[in-house]
Amino acid sequence: MSVPAMDITNWIDSPEYKELNFARKDLVINPAKACQPLGALICALGFEGCLPFVHGSQGCTAYFRNSLSRHYREPVGAVSDSMTEEAAVFGGQANLIEGLKNAYTLYKPGLMAVFTTCMAEVIGDDIKAYVDNARKQKAIPEDFPLALAHTPSFKGSHITGYDNMLKGFLEGLAAPRRHATHLRLYVVPGFDTYPGNLREYKRLLSLLGVTYTLLPDYSDVVDAPNTGEFKMYPGGTPLAELQEALNASGYLFLQTYSTSATLKYIKNVQKIPTETVPMPIGVTSTDKFLMTVSQMAGKSIPAELENERGRAVDAATDAHPYIHGKRFALFGDPDLLYGLTSFLLEMGGVPVHIISTNGSAAFAKEMEELLSSSPYGQEASVHLGKDLWHLRSLLLTEPVDMLIGDSHGKFAARDAGIPLVRIGFPITDRVNLHRYPIVGYAGVLNLITMIANAFLEEKDRTSADAYFELLR
Amino acid sequence: MSNYELTKQAVEEVLSLYPDKARKNREKHITVKDEECSSCALKSNVKSVPGVMTSRGCAYAGSKGVVWGPVKDMIHLSHGPVGCGYYSWGTRRNLAQGTAGVDNFVPFQFTSDFQENDIVYGGDKKLERILREITQLFPTAKGISIQSECPVGLIGDDIDSVARRLSKELDLPIIPVRCEGFRGISQSLGHHIANDSIRDHVLGKVQREEIGPYDISLIGDYNIGGDAWASKMLLQEIGLKVQNIWTGDSTLEMLQTGNQVKLNLIHCYRSMNYIVRHMEETYGVPWMEVNFFGPAKIKESLIKIAERFDQTIQDQVQKVLDKYEPLMNKVMETYRPRLEGKKVMLYVGGLRPRHVIGAYEDLGMEVIGTGYEFAHGDDYERTFDQVDTGTVIYDDLTAVELEKLVERLHPDLVGAGIKEKYVMEKMGLPFRQMHSWDYSGPYHGYEGFPIFARDMDMAINSPTWKLVQNPWHR
Repeated sequence: MSVPAMDITNWIDSPEYKELNFARKDLVINPAKACQPLGALICALGFEGCLPFVHGSQGCTAYFRNSLSRHYREPVGAVSDSMTEEAAVFGGQANLIEGLKNAYTLYKPGLMAVFTTCMAEVIGDDIKAYVDNARKQKAIPEDFPLALAHTPSFKGSHITGYDNMLKGFLEGLAAPRRHATHLRLYVVPGFDTYPGNLREYKRLLSLLGVTYTLLPDYSDVVDAPNTGEFKMYPGGTPLAELQEALNASGYLFLQTYSTSATLKYIKNVQKIPTETVPMPIGVTSTDKFLMTVSQMAGKSIPAELENERGRAVDAATDAHPYIHGKRFALFGDPDLLYGLTSFLLEMGGVPVHIISTNGSAAFAKEMEELLSSSPYGQEASVHLGKDLWHLRSLLLTEPVDMLIGDSHGKFAARDAGIPLVRIGFPITDRVNLHRYPIVGYAGVLNLITMIANAFLEEKDRTSADAYFELLR
Repeated sequence: MSNYELTKQAVEEVLSLYPDKARKNREKHITVKDEECSSCALKSNVKSVPGVMTSRGCAYAGSKGVVWGPVKDMIHLSHGPVGCGYYSWGTRRNLAQGTAGVDNFVPFQFTSDFQENDIVYGGDKKLERILREITQLFPTAKGISIQSECPVGLIGDDIDSVARRLSKELDLPIIPVRCEGFRGISQSLGHHIANDSIRDHVLGKVQREEIGPYDISLIGDYNIGGDAWASKMLLQEIGLKVQNIWTGDSTLEMLQTGNQVKLNLIHCYRSMNYIVRHMEETYGVPWMEVNFFGPAKIKESLIKIAERFDQTIQDQVQKVLDKYEPLMNKVMETYRPRLEGKKVMLYVGGLRPRHVIGAYEDLGMEVIGTGYEFAHGDDYERTFDQVDTGTVIYDDLTAVELEKLVERLHPDLVGAGIKEKYVMEKMGLPFRQMHSWDYSGPYHGYEGFPIFARDMDMAINSPTWKLVQNPWHR
């Protein structure tokens, strides 16, 4: 087709193009999802002394490590067993066994998490049998703790991989449930790329006086102090607490969609008392989280937290004029979207376009319920299975005031001429955001600060001289 | 003990950490240059040892990420599951001019997002539908490359015939690239496969009206942080006409007409030597290697280039050298006092482990170790004469090797990739990413050297390193 470039430039911004764009069925452009093993790797980082071991092509491991290091600006160790064409023909058993031996000897892990790339999945490698053979051949000690997970990249997304790996840890390494259980509450954060969030959960649980285990907890691994000494394994949930995980007094899941298989295993198979709350973003969800913990652990909410709540609410009422009635587009993982949407609704913000590349039908239904419960949610549409090229069409044909999502959103936001507030994964073009919690009452303060100030910066940047005022 | 002996000892200590079989393999990949250069050989371009934590990538990364990705007016489809395209999306810094979605598709990630059904029933039909969708949504795209991910080759899809058929149907160049990640042993085979696919499907397909006497191509400059623009400016200043860049801010036409120049100048030899050899053999286009890092190597390269042309260019080269010499001297005078004698260890990719040595030397710095992720024997041959006795040279360095060598050899600066960066910084060691220029650049040409010098100074002399030591533990 010979169309002048200028016309095409206008055309891709047009409603007609949007229609064509939304009619596409097979091509995916700028998806807001990665693949399973990335999530499995993040999960594996959360156990103390754990070395992630990727069974499959080595390039995948390089990609995962790069992606995580760019986001966290931290070292991310993981090994691959470097399967090549020979392994494609004969299977990857020899690679796995030799790889386990080398990794065990060189990096001295306390445990390893073995998960797969799509290459190993397509050829149907039986990692369970291979690992048994590795033990028999003494590549690793007979009793060396290993967790296994199949994480095919052609099913689900990174959150599925996180879930499969976490379930793999519990199935593989947790001792059977005894009748006499501990009084320890196990708290599952879900796929959450903020060490700041994990630290906030721990702080809140400590303030409540709860005996708990965060399962898993990679906050110290992806946010390690600089002391002049590199530590390969700077922290994480201790193996002993993983081994006792089925003797929990109860489980509290802080996400819904990134841990569904693990939840089923704990609740339906192991029959452990289990509660799920939405990711505690915003005042209402944080209230719910604290009340649920309080109820499960039989602890009352301390005055200190009441004051914290009061300060967060004060910040919300102070800043409401900057957010009320503003129109938002959002993209990211389902649990994050649910949390951010409920936060915006309680601030009087108006979510309009909600893009979820990796959300399920159940997610869409719960989002609809959330949105219909608020007068501010009436304009919103949830676009399931859509990508950031769809998002761009939406932004250009039905404009909003702000985009919320990860760094990949910067192109669409720029084309639409609106600010992007960076929340999610990956954030590759700003520093330190992952260190600031977006959950709990502290998270409320941070979100209000980021969103309201972004609008105010925008106003200062774009206002004419006569309207450039000291007061905002 | 001499430097040589100390370094030998450090290497020996690292190797002693390995189990026997892995040790036997790894010891062939590390050497220390001795007086007579009798140690100047090492094993390369072979499989990585499983489980040792290699930094290497895969063939897909070499093809889509390196060679094809910067061809901006084409759509590069990551064919297979979502991950490969996702992780290589916008992470290489190969900058491109143009309007996104119209004549520039570099900022995009196009994927066929394989699902289980596609694995079970094959992805060819889906690929056909995707190719049609691409042409509907992006009618100004000049062509499509299909970048195969692992499953494509394993399930027996025939993307070559889909490409052939659809190319005819859609009247558009569609290039199948069999760069599945399990092929080969690193990015390197991906470069080769991509070179071959350009040779077979693109090169020479369009005829330029005439070839001017100063028409050249710049090959193997990927425009990281604007490098190719800096190189191009330099070449234009000496009177040459840079018709094509392969591949940085490139167009399909630049690939199609790549054979129609007087000379190919190649920067990254590793990733593109295949195609310049082909152009020499088939079209008689000569090629030469150049190095645009730092004034000494730039000067050497410009003089070499001038020898290939007439007096006009030779005069122009002299003018350019005269013009920039005082400017570059000023840069060196500024930074040398702060950097003189500082020791550097490098571990990078295609050309940089040898090409940047000169730029460090321009600043009075000394490279005490260098090596490549995916080099071949001819790269190492070109490296040994660039380094001094006692320099350790390593191939497919592992994480533990780097950590231990650094502990023993105490470099003042390490230049490697993102996977190495934060390990070094946690050790309190200044570091620069030498793949992405740590989000800075360009580093090429006279434009790049002051930036390079500033960045290295900033890394080494940042006051933040003084904060690492805790005062109450001193």
